[in-house]
Amino acid sequence: MAEKFDAIVVGAGPSGNAAAYTLAKAGMKVLQLERGEYPGSKNVQGAILYSDALEKIIPDFRDDAPLERHIIEQRMWVLDDESYIGTHYRSDDFNKPPFNRYTIIRAQFDKWFSEKVQEAGAMLICETTVSDLLMDGKRVIGVQTDRLGGEIYADMVILADGVNSLLATKAGFHPEIEPKNVALAVKEIHFLPQETVEARFNVTGDAGVVIEMAGKITQGMMGTGFLYTNKESLTIGVGCMLSDLKKQKISPCQLLEQMKTHPSIAPILEGGEMKEYSAHLIPEGGYKAIPQVFGDGWMIVGDSAMFVNAMHREGSNLAMTSGCFAAETVIELAAKQKPFTAKNLARYREKLDASFVIKDLKKYKNMPDVFHANPQFFTTYPEMLNQAAHKMLTVDGVDKKTKEKQIMANFKHRRSLFGLMGDAFKLWRAFE
Amino acid sequence: MSANAKVEEKLFQNRYRVDGGRPHIQIKDAEVCVSQCGTQPCTVCCPAGCYTQESNGRVVLITDGCLECGTCRIICNDYRNVTWEYPRGGYGVLFKFG
Repeated sequence: MAEKFDAIVVGAGPSGNAAAYTLAKAGMKVLQLERGEYPGSKNVQGAILYSDALEKIIPDFRDDAPLERHIIEQRMWVLDDESYIGTHYRSDDFNKPPFNRYTIIRAQFDKWFSEKVQEAGAMLICETTVSDLLMDGKRVIGVQTDRLGGEIYADMVILADGVNSLLATKAGFHPEIEPKNVALAVKEIHFLPQETVEARFNVTGDAGVVIEMAGKITQGMMGTGFLYTNKESLTIGVGCMLSDLKKQKISPCQLLEQMKTHPSIAPILEGGEMKEYSAHLIPEGGYKAIPQVFGDGWMIVGDSAMFVNAMHREGSNLAMTSGCFAAETVIELAAKQKPFTAKNLARYREKLDASFVIKDLKKYKNMPDVFHANPQFFTTYPEMLNQAAHKMLTVDGVDKKTKEKQIMANFKHRRSLFGLMGDAFKLWRAFE
Repeated sequence: MSANAKVEEKLFQNRYRVDGGRPHIQIKDAEVCVSQCGTQPCTVCCPAGCYTQESNGRVVLITDGCLECGTCRIICNDYRNVTWEYPRGGYGVLFKFG
């Protein structure tokens, strides 16, 4: 079987589906390979879907995509052991269509997206793991799969194989990921009656809430937690940098267990039935960790290319957008009958550079280093803020001026005035 | 309840199609774990508890409950002592929700 394709897309997650869909729509002969039983069966995300990126690909996705709840309220909690201090933002504007973001269940959503890809004309083969890239010198000419006689050829191979990016690593396109550039997130889904979910979060209909958390739940490690509402379930998870987990020798499973017992979290989950436990790596190295994303006959998209904006918890939108850019690059070159050489494919990187994908990653390029070097943002500050709130809100006959002085004295004692000013400066520089 | 019992209880909720006798991850040289790697972070950081520390200092790997995250592959960066492939197509964990 010497069948040859215009393009092979490895993986059927958001980036792979976006790429395959765009290519197929343009009439290209596309083969998509997925190692799972069905698209989505291997895919894990703290699953917030941002409408914009998908809308650009499938404008009417809301008609039939499996969406759980649209988000009308975003909470940010900074947790101490017993308490949290935070901000909630809720707006009825977010409750008017078209909705801006949704919670989704990836196993269902990816399956739906893949059906659209197939309707557009791409051929999908599941339960097939790509084991190697076929090379002719430096040029990628196809893939080796784990099926019998599994060599398949194409003019272009788009690697959408996810964070572990084994194929690109094996081919020597980029070095192995370092523990400091990747976070491990573990999460669980807890089922509750729909009315219980709605009552606990004060929502009705399809509206939902997301809680982002930082502080002592990560036990001093650089990381965050999250909890969000699905239709009739809640998803809770926590993620920390792998370098920190390694250094502190903390079990991620225990970390999640501990987080679930927090007095502000436990009542939300009360009575739920846990139906799945999953884990996933998130490439959080940012701009400085982005590898070479194109070469002769290949491009890398999505998580495999480290396209995750950890500061804003965005990933799937960067994945879809990069998938589209890769596909558009192929379509443009094919229209001009130009070969898929590294030189010509540089157009892909130009598209990325001109878009929010690289612009946002560049904006926060120093953030990972700042947080790695300053663990106080995950330990001392959450404690200080919670203690401050506790002091101000405890009515005990002490006047407020004295309380303010005590709070400031505690801040200086814990962090010193220079430390406080230095931290503020570091954050300002990193956010600038 | 021990840490491992807790993980096992969680993994019990998941669906798997185990590729019997064909583990997709292997420890390259068991001796390296014992004599060179003092900390054995895989035995703590694997979210599925696939790596256990034996009393004789050896590390035992059972991949049946693997969540295919890649943690062990990256965390073993000092010794690069695991060979890590994805399971054969269709095998391994099958996320119902993901």
